[in-house]
Amino acid sequence: MKHLRAINRKAARIVEQTSAEQNDIVAMQQQQPPQQQPHVPMGCSIVFSPGWEVDSAGGTAGLCQPVERDIFDCYVTCFWPAQVPDHLNNYPDWTTKCAVATKDWRNIDIVFP
Amino acid sequence: MNLALGEFHRFRGNRETFLYMVNSGGIVALDEVSDALLQKLERRTLSGDDLIRETVADGYTTQAVMESLRELWQLGAISDGVPKPVTSQPLPDDFPLQSIVLNITNQCNLSCSYCYEFGEDKIATPDGKPKFMDWHTAKASVDYLFESASTRDALHITFFGGETLMNFPLLQKVVDYARGLAKERNVRVGFSLTTNATLLTTRIIEYLADNEVGVTVSIDGTKEMQDKFRIFSNGKGSYDIIKPKIKELIARHRSRPIAARVTLTSGASDVLKIYDHLKNEFNFHEVAFAPVTTSPNRLYSIGEPGMDKVLEQFSELAKDYLQSALRGEHHGFSNVSDTLAELHQGVNKSLPCGAGLGMVGVGPSGDIAPCHRFVDSDDHVIGHIDTGIDMEKRGEFLKKGRIDGKYDCHSCWARPLCAGGCHHEAFVRYGDSGHANLHYCDWIREWTHTCLSVYGAIAEENPAFLEHFSERKAS
Repeated sequence: MKHLRAINRKAARIVEQTSAEQNDIVAMQQQQPPQQQPHVPMGCSIVFSPGWEVDSAGGTAGLCQPVERDIFDCYVTCFWPAQVPDHLNNYPDWTTKCAVATKDWRNIDIVFP
Repeated sequence: MNLALGEFHRFRGNRETFLYMVNSGGIVALDEVSDALLQKLERRTLSGDDLIRETVADGYTTQAVMESLRELWQLGAISDGVPKPVTSQPLPDDFPLQSIVLNITNQCNLSCSYCYEFGEDKIATPDGKPKFMDWHTAKASVDYLFESASTRDALHITFFGGETLMNFPLLQKVVDYARGLAKERNVRVGFSLTTNATLLTTRIIEYLADNEVGVTVSIDGTKEMQDKFRIFSNGKGSYDIIKPKIKELIARHRSRPIAARVTLTSGASDVLKIYDHLKNEFNFHEVAFAPVTTSPNRLYSIGEPGMDKVLEQFSELAKDYLQSALRGEHHGFSNVSDTLAELHQGVNKSLPCGAGLGMVGVGPSGDIAPCHRFVDSDDHVIGHIDTGIDMEKRGEFLKKGRIDGKYDCHSCWARPLCAGGCHHEAFVRYGDSGHANLHYCDWIREWTHTCLSVYGAIAEENPAFLEHFSERKAS
C-alpha cells in the first residue's frame, strides 16, 4: 500500500494478505493486466462448460461448443498451467498434430516432458 | 451507491494521524490524501465519483486519490454502507491449557475489607471444603496441565490464595515436580505467585530468587493508604511489617521482575503518589493498578467522580511513560505497557481474557474454576481435577462471555481490546458473568484512546521501542 502505512502487526498482516489476493491469480495468468482490476477467475471451477455432455439425441456434433472444449478450457483460460500439455515450457508445438481440434483431438498424446 | 465510513477510531500521535480498525485491531498511519478522503466522508455521505471529484478539486492527483480510495476500501475504512454481520470465530472444541492457577490455600492472615474472596461481595462458598490444597490435588493439577498442554512448548503455573505463602511447602513441591516433568518432556515451565508479603522470610526470598519464581506483591501504596484496608484481623495495618520484607525481596530477587499490584479504592486512589512511592521508595520494577471489584454502594468503592480523577492521573503517568519510551527506557507503569503490547499485536478478542480457555483456576478442593477469582464458588465450577474440565460447562461459560452476545459492545470501537471486560467483575456487579461491564465503558474508551496516542507517538519517534512487544506475553 502506498497511502496507508501499516503500524502494528495486525495491519502488516492485512496489507500482506491484500497484496497476495491482488497479485496471486494475476501472476498465474502469465501476463500483467494493464491496470489492476477485480479479477474474475475463469476455468473449470467456476465457468460451466458443457464438456463431455451430449445433446438431446445423444449426439455431440450439434452442441454449442465442441466436446473438446474442456481441453481448450484448460489450455486457454484455466489458472493452472500444468493440467494440459504445457505449451509454453515443455511442449510448445502440441498443436502440430492437432490442427483442427474438433477432428484431430485424438492425436493429442500424453506428454512426457 | 453512496460510500460510507467503516468502523475505525481516529487518533493522533505527535504529528501523524492514525486509524485503529475496529473489525481487525489493525493500526495504520494515514497520508494526507487518505486523511482528506476520510474527512470529506465524515462531513457528509458522497458517491464514489463525487468523492473523487471533490478531492481532486482540492489539488490531489486523480491517480493518488483513486489509489488511496482503493486502499481505504481494502482496509475497511470505507465501505458501501451495507451492514455486514461480523461473528467471531467459533470456540474451539479443544483448546490446550497454557497456564493453571493453583489457589493453594483459601486462608489469609490479612482481612482486607474489600477482598473479593472474603469481603462483602465474595462469591466463594468455602464451607466444608479443605482450607489447604494437598499434594494429591496439586500433583493432579500439574499432570493435568502437562497433559492438556501437550502441544505447547511453554507452560505457566501461578500460585494464588488466600495468602500463597501460608502453604509454602506445597509450592516448593509443585515447583520441583513440574520442573522434572518439563525436563522429561522438553518444554519450558515458568512460575509466579501473588503475595501480601507479610510472610516473606530470608529463606523464602532466597528460594524464590534461586528458582526464578515471579513475584507480584499486593500493596496499596503509602503507609496511610495500605493501612486503611489491608489490615490484620485485629485491625492493625500491615505496612510496617511488609516494608522491610519487600525491600529485602527486591534487593535479592533479580531473576524475575518484581511487580506491585495496587487495588484502587476510595482510600487509595492517588495514582501519581502511589506510583511514586512504590517505584522510588520500594524500587518495584512494575506497578499495575486496578480499581476494586465491588458493588457500587460499598464504602471502599471509588465511584464515578473518583474514577474520573483516576483517569486523569493515569493519563499524566502515561505521558511520563511516553517520555521514557522515547528515550528507549523502561517505565514501570504496566497498565500502559500491557495495553501497548495488545495494541502492537492487534489483538481482536472474542472473549475478554483467557479464563476457561488457556487458563483455569484450581481450588484446594480440586474444583476447577474459569479463573482464580471464581475458585471455590459452587456456581462456577467447570470440572474437577480428577476428572478434568467438563467441556459442556466450560462451553456454557465461554458462550456467555463472548462478545457476540454482548450487544451493547457492538457499537463500541474499543471492543477488540475490552470484549466487555472481566467475567468476575460482571458477576459481582450484575450477577451475570456474561454481562458487559457497562459501568466502565467511557473509562475504558478514554483510556484506550490515551494508550493509542502513546502508541502512535512511539511509532513515529522511536519505533524500535515497539520491538519489546513483538513477543506475545505469556500470561
